[in-house]
Amino acid sequence: MTSVMSPPERDSAAQPALTPVTMAAALNQALADSLAADDRVVVYGEDVGTLGGVFRITDGLAARFGEHRVFDTPIAESGIVGTAIGMAMNGLVPVVEMQFDAFAYPAFEQVTSHLAKLRNRTKGRVALPVVIRVPVGGGIGGVEHHCDSSEAYYTHTAGLRVVTPGTPADAYLLLRQAIRCPDPVVFLEPKRRYWTRQAAILTPDGPPIDSAVVRRPGKDVTLIAYGGMVATALEAAEAAIEENWDVEVIDLRSLSPFDDQTLTESVSRTGRAVIVHEAAGFAGYGAEVAARLTEQCFHYLEAPILRVTGLDIPYPPPQLEHLHLPNVDRILDAIARLQWEADDA
Amino acid sequence: MATHARLRKTSNADRLLPSAAPLQLIDPDGQPGQNPGGLTLPEPEVLVGLHRRMVLGRRFDTQATALTKQGRLAVYPSSRGQDACQVGAALALREQDWLFPTYRDSVAILTRGVDHAETLALLRGDWHCGYDPYEHRVAPQCTPLATNALHAVGLAHAASLQARDQVALVLLGDGATSEGDTHEALNLAGVWKAPAVFLIQNNGYAISVPLAKQTAAPTLAAKGIGYGVPALLIDGNDAAAVYAAARASIERAASGGGPTLIEAITYRVEAHTNADDATRYRAEDEVRSWLERDPIARLEAYLRAQRLLDDQAADRLAAEAEQLAAELRDDMNSDVSADPAELFEHVYARPTVALERQRAALLAELEEYAP
Repeated sequence: MTSVMSPPERDSAAQPALTPVTMAAALNQALADSLAADDRVVVYGEDVGTLGGVFRITDGLAARFGEHRVFDTPIAESGIVGTAIGMAMNGLVPVVEMQFDAFAYPAFEQVTSHLAKLRNRTKGRVALPVVIRVPVGGGIGGVEHHCDSSEAYYTHTAGLRVVTPGTPADAYLLLRQAIRCPDPVVFLEPKRRYWTRQAAILTPDGPPIDSAVVRRPGKDVTLIAYGGMVATALEAAEAAIEENWDVEVIDLRSLSPFDDQTLTESVSRTGRAVIVHEAAGFAGYGAEVAARLTEQCFHYLEAPILRVTGLDIPYPPPQLEHLHLPNVDRILDAIARLQWEADDA
Repeated sequence: MATHARLRKTSNADRLLPSAAPLQLIDPDGQPGQNPGGLTLPEPEVLVGLHRRMVLGRRFDTQATALTKQGRLAVYPSSRGQDACQVGAALALREQDWLFPTYRDSVAILTRGVDHAETLALLRGDWHCGYDPYEHRVAPQCTPLATNALHAVGLAHAASLQARDQVALVLLGDGATSEGDTHEALNLAGVWKAPAVFLIQNNGYAISVPLAKQTAAPTLAAKGIGYGVPALLIDGNDAAAVYAAARASIERAASGGGPTLIEAITYRVEAHTNADDATRYRAEDEVRSWLERDPIARLEAYLRAQRLLDDQAADRLAAEAEQLAAELRDDMNSDVSADPAELFEHVYARPTVALERQRAALLAELEEYAP
């Protein structure tokens, strides 16, 4: 599966250095290193130039690489993605920013009807190596239209890759991989983790873009998370030790395509699985995960696969968002409901 | 707050406005047009070429419509009546330039050099695009309206960023001007000074909805000033005017002058597609009045008056058109040999593991139930 990627280049800026780094800084470094490594890369969107982005992910890039590589656009999301398609047709590798999850919706037609389909429409003659960065999810006290989890809209569309990092190191790696990928990639950035510091080595070498990784090995239950929920899942796994549950945590990284192999291997071994995501549960991404694992691991399952998700409501106002978001307690409650009694009997 | 810093120079705003009446180089009777504006009449060999390609395009178009009646095409949106726009735009492009057509622009695609059968692959239903866009620099046909305008602006801006002499020309209809993407594309092109040309074929109707229900603007060309994009209003049934306006706009864009918006007034003589019934929304009289302004007859009259065309040449051209129609019939009557495995081939650069499984399952299913 790595064969679709050009070989990862090594550059001095990404020398191993185990220092605490935020996801925001890791993403900034990935953009800088990609711009330095490949002249075809251009970065643009609303406020990404002079300001460096509302989350400062593009901080300093316009000054360093010039306005012909990193630039501001009018407020026009469909325009940003639509022009990225034309630019990619003409030899560039656009990395565009949607300022917030819900603000990406005006671009939906360009993403689903064109970006995702042009390669197929032209029998592979037109490749669109475009990356759309979208800050997603809640947990930051954001007001309406700033906290959506929009992954299912994108994963339902064939032709797109959808990836989301859970750690600073992976943010760097996945973004480098996404920019080198010949397919269009929707890159979902969990904004609640932008400022979390973690000791990390920023390197473009690592597991392929379309693979899940086991973040914490365990033998009793597989806890499946992605993006902003990876840290919550790891926290829950630590808390579960008290209950004598040895929890394996898988970070999906790639929501589309889905890494069936890593997941079925884990769930076939543990016999139990819980999926965690912020997005509403109904017709959410977890439904696909549960269905696939049920189809592929049915005879190994000790209990139904459970989901811990956001409520089936429009994203709540900041004062109430804690009621909506999955947390450690809800995850532990779900693990407790995995028919352990039957197992003991 | 220094609000004055936000004010633009307005003294030159008038230069962005189109003329009050459509520019015309050759009138409906084949006489020199009364309102040429700044347009230059193309050289004789260009005029002869425009006529030739319109005759071939018209024959292709009527043949394609006939093929829908025989079930050989899934659907065909005719551009009959818009021949001057189709051919004028395509011939105005230089080798390195790009055309961004819509579903109604098969004749423009053909004129640009794409093979006749490949041009009709989408409408025949073989595949969503039958030609290699890079071969003749023709983007796949746009079926949702106005989305192609943004692709054109992006491609044009990419040319600027890479210091390439390349212009993108996008074809739009009057209906498409109501879409948000037209607004975003004109705005971005204006801000970026992108080497892009927007050619609106105002054929009077968006399927059944007349222009009066589409916009309250005095003309569609008048919209250009809102984006800082200079605009031309032209007679879209005058191939010489379409060619001259498109060519001048392309040259302006190529020399760093930025985008141009052209509104070409024309008429869709046929229904929206073979599946549409135009008698439900327009009168026969109206159609007849436009048939009298036929773009081919007009240029032919001019060429004959200028002794650039005689009966012999016209006969040769008619024979060439019949030959094209015959080849098209032959190609369209052959059976489609679509490969089911190809459904999975181009979704990603390499099929995913899951797609490989689905492909194997489909091929096994076909094997099992093969007659």
